[in-house]
This record gives sequence, C-alpha cells and structure tokens, in this order.
Amino acid sequence: MRRILRRREIVADDWRHLGEGAEEGSALIVPLVELRKDPERWRRWRGRLGVRLSSVDPVEELAADLPRLDLVAIEFPSPSDGRGYSAARLLRERLGFRGELRAVGAGVRQDQVFLLARCGFDAIELAENEDPDAARRALDRYDVAYQGGSREVALRRQRFSSRPG
Amino acid sequence: MYQYDALDQAFVDRRVAEFRDQMRRHLAGELSEDEFRPLRLRNGLYVQRHAPMLRIAIPYGLLAARQLAKLADIARRYDRGFGHFTTRQNLQLNWPKLADVPDILAELATVQMHAIQTSGNCVRNVTADHLAGIAPDEVDDPRPYCEIIRQWATLHPEFTYLPRKFKIAVTGSPEDRAASEVHDIGLHLRRDAAGSIGFTVLVGGGLGRTPIIGQVIRDFLPLPGLLSYLEAILRVYNRHGRRDNLNKARIKILVKSLGIERFREQVEAEWRLSRDSSPLLPAAEVERVRGFFRPQPYEALEDFDATSGREPRFKAWYRYNTRAHRVPGYRAVFVALKAHGHNPGDMSSDQMDAVASLAERVSFGLIRTTHNQNLLLGDVRQQDLYEAWLELERLGLAMPNIGTLTDMIACPGLDFCSLANAGTLGVARQIQERFDDLDYLYDLGDIEIKMSGCMNACGHHHVGHIGILGVDKRGEEWYQISLGGSANGFTALGEVIGPSVPKSEVASTIERIVEAYRALRADGERFIDTLRRVGLEPFREGAYATHPAAA
Repeated sequence: MRRILRRREIVADDWRHLGEGAEEGSALIVPLVELRKDPERWRRWRGRLGVRLSSVDPVEELAADLPRLDLVAIEFPSPSDGRGYSAARLLRERLGFRGELRAVGAGVRQDQVFLLARCGFDAIELAENEDPDAARRALDRYDVAYQGGSREVALRRQRFSSRPG
Repeated sequence: MYQYDALDQAFVDRRVAEFRDQMRRHLAGELSEDEFRPLRLRNGLYVQRHAPMLRIAIPYGLLAARQLAKLADIARRYDRGFGHFTTRQNLQLNWPKLADVPDILAELATVQMHAIQTSGNCVRNVTADHLAGIAPDEVDDPRPYCEIIRQWATLHPEFTYLPRKFKIAVTGSPEDRAASEVHDIGLHLRRDAAGSIGFTVLVGGGLGRTPIIGQVIRDFLPLPGLLSYLEAILRVYNRHGRRDNLNKARIKILVKSLGIERFREQVEAEWRLSRDSSPLLPAAEVERVRGFFRPQPYEALEDFDATSGREPRFKAWYRYNTRAHRVPGYRAVFVALKAHGHNPGDMSSDQMDAVASLAERVSFGLIRTTHNQNLLLGDVRQQDLYEAWLELERLGLAMPNIGTLTDMIACPGLDFCSLANAGTLGVARQIQERFDDLDYLYDLGDIEIKMSGCMNACGHHHVGHIGILGVDKRGEEWYQISLGGSANGFTALGEVIGPSVPKSEVASTIERIVEAYRALRADGERFIDTLRRVGLEPFREGAYATHPAAA
C-alpha cells in the first residue's frame, strides 16, 4: 500500500486514483477531465471524492465543485514546473478549500516538500523512489521564513505576515 | 548598510546546511545531474566550460569592507586569486571545486553573505543605482526597498520555480544607472502630490534573444502595495508564462503576446482579489530597514578644488573617475576595473583586500559594485582624494577611463562560459590596445561599448552605443556590430549595421565608426547624439569603407 506524508505523519494512503481498482463507495481521486465527462456518475458516487488537476487546469473552474470534494490533488509533472504552488494558494486562500490538498506527480521530491507545505498542501504523495522519512525531515529544514504561509509548517519566526485569509 | 537579524542569519545558516546535504546526495549518486541542476543553480552554482562557476550575491551592489576582504580570502583559498564582477553587481568565481562549494557558502554566511538565487528560474539579485543615497538628483534611496524585495523574494514558497529567471532593478534618480528598463520589472521611485513615496512600475523588459524595452504597467504604486503588487505580477507570470519553450519563457514574451493593456488588466484584477491574503508591508518594517541606510555621519565641509596644483594624471582621474556627491566636501570615487591589458570586471584578491582597507580609511568602510563592472567608494572627503588616488594608482585601479570607450562591459565569453559562441576577453584586449591613447579617448568622449559572447546578452550588447555580439561561423569567431543602443534615460535597442566581421577586424571596424563620428559631429556633440541626428547610414558606410574581408 502506498505511503504518503500527511500533516507531518507517514501514513498508509486510504485513497485510490481512478484506474487503481477502487470499489464503489471507496475514497477515489478522479482527473478533472473525467469529472467533467460524466458529472452524473460522480454525483452519485457514495464514497469520498477527490479531483486531480493537471498543472494547466485553471483552479478557479473548480469553485462550484468544492463543496462536494473531500480532496484536491494538484499535479507536478517535474520539480521545475511551479504552477501548482500558485494553484494551491488560490485554493486555500481565495476559494477557501479546507479539505485535503495533495501534491502528486513525478515532480514531488523531498527538496520540494517545504515549499509545498508552505503553500497549503497538507498531503504529499511523493514521486516513485523518494524516501518518505527524508521528506518528513525536509519539512523541518527551515525554522524561519520571510513570507507568510500555511500553518502546515511550524516556524519560529516570519518577517512578512499576511492578513488573515 | 543592512545588518542581519537573528532571522536572516538563521535562514542563511539553514540554507547552507540544506545545500550541503544536497551536494552530499549528489556526490553519493542519490541525485542525478539532472535532479541536482535546479537545486545547485538556486545556490549560484553553474558547471561551466572548464570548471564550476559560483556566482555570489552582492545585494544591490553594496559591500562592507569585511565582506570584500572575505571575498578576497575565498578567491585566494578556493579559487585562483581573482574574481569577476558582473553587470548585475554580483561576483563570479571561475574555478572553485564542486565539493568545496558548501564550505564556501558557509564562509559567506559568516559575513552575512550568500549565493542564493543568483541563478535558476527564480527572482535574482535585486539591483540598484550605484550612486544610491548619494546622487544629488535622487528622489529617495532605492536600497531599503531593494532589501525588502530581497527578503520577500528569498525562497518564496510560490515563486521559486518560475518559467524563467526574473530580474528586478530599482532606481531613485531621473537618470537610470541600473538599466532598469531592460529588467523583468523596473521600479522607479516617485513622490505623489502629497509627497508620499511610491513607484512607477515597468514590466516586460529584457535582453537575450528577444530584446524588449519594459513598459509602464502602473504610473504610481503607493509604497504599502509594493509586495502585494509584485506578488500579483509574479502570480500571473507563474501561471501563464510559457513553459514549453525556454526561449519564450521570460515575462517579456507573455507581456508581448497579451499586449500591455491585457496584461495590466490581469495583474490589476489579481491584485484586487489577492489583497486579503497578500503580504503586508507595515510602515514599522519599512522604517526598520530604512534605518540601516541613513546618511553617513558626514563632516560639515565645503567643496574645494582638489585638483589645484596637482599633476595632470590626477586631474584626468578626478574628471573621469569621480562623481558629484550630494554632501558638500565629498565625492564618489570609481575603482576602475578597466585597466588596459586586463579583463573588464576582473579583480585580484590582493586588490580586493587593499580596496577593503582603503574603504575603511576613506569611505566609511563601504564599497559598491556597479552595473558597468567597476567598484565605487561612495563617500570620500575631497581632501582625501589625492591619497585615495595614489593608492588606487599603486593598485592599478586608477585607469582614468570611466565613461570612455574602453570602460566597456564584457561578459566572460568563450574563455569561461559554456553558452558562449565566441570570445570577448581577447576582443576587449584588442580594443584596449587600439585605443590606448588617453587623449584620443577623451576626444571621443562618452561612448559605451557593450559586448556579449552569445545572444543571451549578459554583456548587454543591445543597449551599447556600440554593441558587439560574438557569433560562431562554421567554427570561427565572428562579431556582429550594432549601433545606437542606450540604457540610461532614453532606453533604445541598437541596430545591426551589416555583416559580421572576423575577430582580427573588430577594433579596426570600431575605429572607422568613431572616425566617422569625428567627421560628422557638431561642436561638443556626443557620439550617441550625432548618431541619433544623422542616422545609421554614414556610420555604416564608414564601418565597411575599406573592409574587403566582410562577407
């Protein structure tokens, strides 16, 4: 079973991506394009439902769906593709999403998790071959930062606070 | 100057530890070169033609004497005893050993320095006018705002993996000495009718393959909105900038494809929506940072003629290598890194040590680096100028050619850089030799030569009065000449005058161009003004008049 980093803990993943053999009623993450293709099917889904955005899907389009969603996964196709950081902050700070926000894809490495958590990701599904223990330690690489950011990372000091969201 | 507090120091210390771990994993084979590259680049480390290159950040070009002495020490112990100052006010070491870099960064951290974000697709060193705080015509000192932007941009959680590199320059004077209009964002300090500080914001400037002059996105941005507005611009860019083609990924391409009007609408809409969660810039924080840039404890002095009764060489140096200061009795003094026979911008460890010590004696212990690849002692008493000159002369740093044709900008070129198509340093030597007569240089007056070894344009050739671009022609080094570029006050891009010339012909071609100027100029008219008045054609004719080799 896949292990993920969730709120600083390494846990067994209780979600499945579409195509990983989910049973009716289980917790399932479906790509946005599938959600749009057959909205009726997913409205009737009895289990928990999550959606997976590619790095080019505009996060604003999800606004109306959010009440139905327990999880949003944002894809990082490579560590250099930084679009998902903006998507995460928009989901948390503008659209007010409070469910699980999960980083997924080949770009999710231990050297990214500090930034990911600071942008509001509370779940990190690491790329293949990444060591979850190293990733958990990487969350504590810095205990100070200049910018405001999500409380997913506990910091001793920050310079620029933000207005409460 | 700015002093680190506990937060700043903890941050750079953690950064060194993080990079040490990344280097260890790379050397142990846990991080492939492809995986390591974006991580090392964000710490200033390139792998170049012959060796690694480390680009050390000098925020807005300001150094304390002990920091310059530390750079000298590092260059001596970890490199070959010299460094290269860049157009973005940083210092490059050309021969460090890969495995030594974490130790070098740890050394830098002991003097409140780092190499963070000097490369990679992130916000780079924020640059400023080298006369910041002392220019007589300044609206306000740009450096406190540069420092605030530096901190905000450092390991920004949202903007550390942008489509491409991102450069910001801030100026406080009407004359633009920081080339701000060819930056991704240029900020010009202004006061509104009520006297409140704010910025005119330019966006989408840049050189490289597609040179574009920045356009005004906002006439007046009040100071409290500085960070939130930058964040709105960066967010629109991060989301919509192209990532499919490296050559089209700079913000200038996004601005160009949308048009400035539509880009502005998107940024302003984003700014309105993001105010609830955007970073605050409290007045107390601005005051805290401004407190580090208060005027020096100047003595009450009067201006006097420091050149009276002195030798001609000192008089020439005074005229060309010093600048007016806003405080009577003081001058700003260039430390010229353009001595003939030397690579533009290069400085030895011994020279760095001696200049650090000179700065302690005559300029409040501070040194500035300039966009033109010289250093500057900002606050020298006029009565100390002669002593300063003697010392700079002894060090080979008093070449009285600042602002003349041989005060040229040149990137490291093919001798060092793995991107370059052609050498620049040999051509610089050739030009220095050809124009070695100071009286001739003075007669030519204010002419800027800027030279790049490839179209990435680190040497800013597009905005040189005379631009030189090295190109590769079937394995040979050739040079394309452009005329009419400018980066200060009236920013303009130069126009290529015709076919490129072989390496041996560069200085001769330039000589024919400046001879055309001498024939065409009105009394007292500068090169660039003659060029603007008569157009390119007479210069083109002059350049190729007796040039059978051109093809």
